[in-house]
Amino acid sequence: MLRSEALAAIYPQLEPHIVVTIMGAVAAELYALGHRPHFFYMEHSMGLASSMGLGIALSLPEEKVIVLDGDGSLLMNLGTLTTMAQHSPRNLLHVVFDNASFLSVGGYPTATAGHTDLAGIARASGIPCVMEASTIDEFKSAFTQALAGEALTTLVARVEPVGPTSFHMDLALLENRFQFKRALEARRRS
Amino acid sequence: MPVSTTGSRAVYEALKACGVTLVPTVPETWLVQVVRLIEEDPTMTMVHLAKEEEGVGIAAGAYLSGVNAALIMQNHGLLACINPIVSLIFLYKIPLLMLISYRGDFGERDPWQTQGGLMTEPVLRALNIPYRYLSRAADAQRVVSEARALANAALHPVAVLLSRELLWED
Repeated sequence: MLRSEALAAIYPQLEPHIVVTIMGAVAAELYALGHRPHFFYMEHSMGLASSMGLGIALSLPEEKVIVLDGDGSLLMNLGTLTTMAQHSPRNLLHVVFDNASFLSVGGYPTATAGHTDLAGIARASGIPCVMEASTIDEFKSAFTQALAGEALTTLVARVEPVGPTSFHMDLALLENRFQFKRALEARRRS
Repeated sequence: MPVSTTGSRAVYEALKACGVTLVPTVPETWLVQVVRLIEEDPTMTMVHLAKEEEGVGIAAGAYLSGVNAALIMQNHGLLACINPIVSLIFLYKIPLLMLISYRGDFGERDPWQTQGGLMTEPVLRALNIPYRYLSRAADAQRVVSEARALANAALHPVAVLLSRELLWED
C-alpha cells in the first residue's frame, strides 16, 4: 500500500478533525490533499507528534485528535506509548505509517525492517486498541472503526517506502502554528 | 524523607493560582509532595512521563489548545529536554513554563547529582532561557506567576529553579 493512497482513502473522514503529523513525506502528502487550519505539521522535534497529540487530546476532550506518526519517529519516542496508555484518552487516534525506513532522509532502514514489531510494542505498552493494516481496504476499515470507537487506538499501517518528489509546502511553519492555535481555541470556545 | 511540606505546598498553590491545569512530570524525591498535591486536585491533570522530552510536546499541545501547562522535573530532565526546547519550543515560538528542582547545588551530598548541578545554569544561559531561583515559600506565587507572564509575552521558555532551601529540610 502506498501511504499517499492510504491518506487519500481516509481524507474525507480525517478532514474535520484535529490532525498532528510528523514532518517530511507524511506532511507533504497530507498538505497536497488539502490543508485545513486544524492541521499541524510538526517540522523537526522528531518523535514528539504523538506527545503533542496527547497534550491536545487531554486539553480538548470533546474533539477527536488524529496523530499521523511514522516508524522512525515512534522508535525515537517509544515511551510515548506507555504514557498514552496510562491516560488512554478516548479521543486520540494514533496512526503509524510503517515503511521500515527513514524515507525522508534517504531511505536508511529502521528497526522495523528487522525484528521489531511496533503493534506488538503498542499492545504490550497497554494501548487499549491496537490495529494493523497492510492493504487500503484494511486500512480504511480499521481507521473508520477506530474513529467511531471509544478507545485510544494505535493503528499500524504497513506502507511502501515511497514518498513525494518534493517535500515543499507553501505554508510557513509559524503561519501554521498561529493558524492552528486559533483554530483550536475556536473549538474550545464553541 | 525530609521533603519540605511548606515548600511543596507553596509550589502547588502557586501553580494553581496562575491557572495551571495540566502538569507533565517525571517525579523525583524533592518533588514527591508537589506531585501528590497535584494528583489529589481534581481540577488538575498530572501526566506521568516515561521521559521528560515527551512533556515538552504535551505542554506545547496544551498551549496550542488554550490550556495552561507547566513542566515539572529535575534539572537532569532539563538536560534531556534540550533538543525539543530548541526544535519545538524555539522553532514554533511556544511559551513553556518549567519548574526545575535544582539538585547538585550548594549543600548537595550526593555525588551523582553534582555534574547536573554544575551544568544547569550554563545550559540555561546558553539557551537564553530566563530563570529565577525560588528559595522561599512566601515568594512562590509571585515568582511562578511572573515566570508564566514572561513566557506568554515572549513566546519563550522560562525556568524557575526550585532550590534546596525551598524543598529540602536536613
